[in-house]
Amino acid sequence: MSTTDVESGDPPDTWERAQESAEFRQLRTRLRRFVFPMAVLFLAWYLLYVLLADYAHGFMSTKIAGNFTVGLLFGLLQFVSTFLITWLYVRYANRNLDPLAERIRDDIENPAGKEPR
Amino acid sequence: MRTLAAGVEGSNPTLNIIIFAVFVLITLVIVFRASRNTKTASDYYAAGRAFNGPQNGIAISGDYLSAASFLGIAGAIAVYGYDGFLYSIGFLVAWLVALLLVAELLRNTGRFTMGDVLAFRMKQRPVRAAAAISTLIVSFFYLLAQMTGAGGLVALLLGVEGKAAQSVVIAIVGVIMIAYVLIGGMKGTTWVQIIKAALLVVGALVMTLWVLGKYGFNFSALLQGAVDKAGRAGETLLGPGKQYGKPGTSKLDFFSLGIALVLGTAGLPHVLMRFYTVPTARDARRSVVWAIVLIGVFYLFTLVLGYGAGALVGPDDIKGAPGGVNSAAPLLALNLGGPVLLGLVSAIAFATILAVVAGLTITASASFAHDVYANVFKKGKASTGSEVRVARWTAVVIGAVAILGGILANGQNVAFLVALAFAVAASANLPTILYSLFWKRFNTQGALWSIYGGLIVSIVLIVFSPAVSGKPVDAATGKSPSMLQGVDFHWFPLDNPGLVSIPVAFLLGWLGTVLSKERNSKKYAEMEVRALTGAGAEKAVQH
Repeated sequence: MSTTDVESGDPPDTWERAQESAEFRQLRTRLRRFVFPMAVLFLAWYLLYVLLADYAHGFMSTKIAGNFTVGLLFGLLQFVSTFLITWLYVRYANRNLDPLAERIRDDIENPAGKEPR
Repeated sequence: MRTLAAGVEGSNPTLNIIIFAVFVLITLVIVFRASRNTKTASDYYAAGRAFNGPQNGIAISGDYLSAASFLGIAGAIAVYGYDGFLYSIGFLVAWLVALLLVAELLRNTGRFTMGDVLAFRMKQRPVRAAAAISTLIVSFFYLLAQMTGAGGLVALLLGVEGKAAQSVVIAIVGVIMIAYVLIGGMKGTTWVQIIKAALLVVGALVMTLWVLGKYGFNFSALLQGAVDKAGRAGETLLGPGKQYGKPGTSKLDFFSLGIALVLGTAGLPHVLMRFYTVPTARDARRSVVWAIVLIGVFYLFTLVLGYGAGALVGPDDIKGAPGGVNSAAPLLALNLGGPVLLGLVSAIAFATILAVVAGLTITASASFAHDVYANVFKKGKASTGSEVRVARWTAVVIGAVAILGGILANGQNVAFLVALAFAVAASANLPTILYSLFWKRFNTQGALWSIYGGLIVSIVLIVFSPAVSGKPVDAATGKSPSMLQGVDFHWFPLDNPGLVSIPVAFLLGWLGTVLSKERNSKKYAEMEVRALTGAGAEKAVQH
């Protein structure tokens, strides 16, 4: 119950109208267009790594320089890709998601400029 | 073995206790100061939502870098080489699931618990009850791992293998942790986690530089040291397969573990709850970024520490030490800096356990008080005061259970126990969270089927896995690596259930949904708009 209290006392269909709005659809598209492909990408890359570590012992134990093996390189690349995706997402969200989300939120919380509380 | 025992006894228990007592004293003072403003439920559960992104990010890494990370992974790398590294990679990559799919949306829709989000557009009481049960079970597995780590550490420091003495110290750890949670609530707990994270990362950095320094900052030379020390089969430390390489199911087990690790994090209730301590979704995002950087850097340190322990202490001495594999990092500290560094590192490891256990306790107690007591029993009509009172009492009960469980589970591999917690979280929680955030059609029956289905399947498979019974006796130790000795009732071939239980939970969530006629598009509209925009989200408390 407690989570569903609408603090501003909006009529219940405010949310549905907001959900139908062109702006909100655009926000949803932008979010999903980034996070879904990215999630598939990093999961596939991670699973590839796990499978290689699991079934390609010879390949992963190949030494590149000194005692540094292919397996260690692949492992460290997982760190690199994680940092990279984090950075890309933050940049994308700051530029493409936050301004739009803020605009929609303002419209909902202050309809016609009225203070909600 | 003798020289090692002498070496550990050569460490100074009084010194260790003094260092640890100083940490406890300082943090207790901070907890007291932080708790002066803890009045409302929002203060107690979510620290008034007054932490900023970086603070929460550091606290998340403090919550996440548990004894399993520090003791378990370093030990696994020291003894099994490359295979130990997989844990760190899984634990790190998993944060992308939290960052991209869960953290911000969850912050925008919930108030205090995972149940808030899962029950948002469902029938409140059954879904909240399910979410609370799952939270309690996952937190319990995780707690067991931490308390076991505490036991192992005590064994090492005081050189006692007597269960009674270890049990006393586990009980002391439990009591201090209960004090943090009761006095400080989420705010106090968060500060303990922040301090601990700083100590842990700095401590690991110093040891990493020290180890690398011994090998002229040449990582390859360090690896050579580990290979030489390990003797005949040393070369295998550099590639995968030493722990999981045996033919048959062991490879599948590795794959199953890998899946559970990457999908588990975003389903851990104590991690999810941390997102409620910041004022906005943007701060939640910022805190995940901080957490990813800190956790990533820390795991790079453990790679060096693990191989360092292998090279300087040696896998045989580590396995033979009281505390076993978990004692690699403390033994490395003793080797590098003598009793003082051992004391410091052990105090940090204790602090780690305390902070994580406090975080788990507050999560589990919040879930019971907020989801079960306030919403299931009182149907949402409980007063804030009574809800917080129930939460405090629950914290005491959970603390007691953790102490008992820790005493019973003493001696298990910490990283492995945590891996089980991840498997249960990934099966019972993650499918439900993702469905309810992204799938319009999802409904109450789907949520219940995927939570209970995930829970039951993963736990049944664990009970009947070789991890619990039936592994052949290891000639070196004279004991079976299984949890129970001398019995064999296993029929599931893998240690880790994730490979089966996670897809089954996703499938059940879908099946339960389509077999039920319930639809809730109005509530979904509200949930989706709130999740994506933050409209109507809980704000920070002004004091």
